[in-house]
Amino acid sequence: MTIHSLDPRVNRAEIDGEAKIGHLDEFDYWQTYEVFVQIKRGTHHSHVGSVHAPDPEMAILFAKEQYTRRGVCVNLWVVKTSDIFTTEYNDSDIFETTPEKYHRDPESYKVMDRIKAYKEKHNSQS
Amino acid sequence: MEFTEKHVEGLKDLLYKMADDLLIIGHRNSEWTGLGPVLEEDIAFSSMAQDKLGQANALYGLLHELGESDPDTIAFMRNDKQFHCCQLVEMPIGGYDFSLTRHFFYDHADAIRFEMLKDSVFEPLAMVANKFRGEVKYHTMHADTWMRHLGKGDETSKARMQNAINETFPMALGIFEESIYEQELMESGIFAGEKTLKEMWLTKVEQIIESAGLTLPDINSVTPVYGGRKGQHSQYLQPLLEEMTEVFRIDPGAEW
Repeated sequence: MTIHSLDPRVNRAEIDGEAKIGHLDEFDYWQTYEVFVQIKRGTHHSHVGSVHAPDPEMAILFAKEQYTRRGVCVNLWVVKTSDIFTTEYNDSDIFETTPEKYHRDPESYKVMDRIKAYKEKHNSQS
Repeated sequence: MEFTEKHVEGLKDLLYKMADDLLIIGHRNSEWTGLGPVLEEDIAFSSMAQDKLGQANALYGLLHELGESDPDTIAFMRNDKQFHCCQLVEMPIGGYDFSLTRHFFYDHADAIRFEMLKDSVFEPLAMVANKFRGEVKYHTMHADTWMRHLGKGDETSKARMQNAINETFPMALGIFEESIYEQELMESGIFAGEKTLKEMWLTKVEQIIESAGLTLPDINSVTPVYGGRKGQHSQYLQPLLEEMTEVFRIDPGAEW
């Protein structure tokens, strides 16, 4: 049985409705690459998602259309997902930080008054 | 220099064949949308098909400025005999081996043609050629990458690509079917001509095909498929036009 559809492309593809879905050979499994986009030269690259690809060259090719076709980009990185090292969600408590660290918070440093005073002095002289 | 009437006719002929090629290959390639071999490639190939429609639209716009009908009318209201596309672009999509090989042959010709036109004395065309250089560069990068990967894949992929190259090459040569205005285009500085383009194209595609471990057939052993530029088309163009214009023809005056 050939699948008939309202979409002429599907009919044209002559998809065999009886066809069994077979297993992929090992060669057919593609790994994933994580994609990083830089929107302006000199700024950092931001992670935007991933693509399936057989190698980095194809990953770049696909990433360009998946992630930059509607936005600004000057540079792309792709990194094999398996090369990314990650923390465990079980350990996410390591990111909890206690608030009583006035020595670390920038507001502990009372410099704004002095900056303001300097600016006023400088302006009044010019 | 001042353009004579024949120069303008030559220019229009050039714009028509370029735009018609882009419209028709864009439509054909869009037929893969939803059917591509993998999701990422489906999106990339569809996106490039949309680029081609955008390029066709820009060229139809130039024709409109030269006094021809508006782009929608030109694109949707002509029959196959009025189209100037080469027969290569109107062929059904076939397998992905054929579609990729057509994309490879066509897009290299397109890229070199645009590169040549950047120096055209007809400035609006030079500006259009320059505007699309990024899109066209990506299209050839995409084609080259696939050609090299499949040429160096396994025995099956290599054999299929070689077969597709052999079958597609005579049709691809039809891209360079000369117009009756070659002399006018060259002397006016509008375009350096199909012969020059073909020579540059042959060097380029042969180099990439060889780097993929594949072989370009000897040009003297094949008969180019001509006729498209003069309105002689295969049986496949008219059905394509009927499908493409089906919605437009229901109500040509509709505002979209």
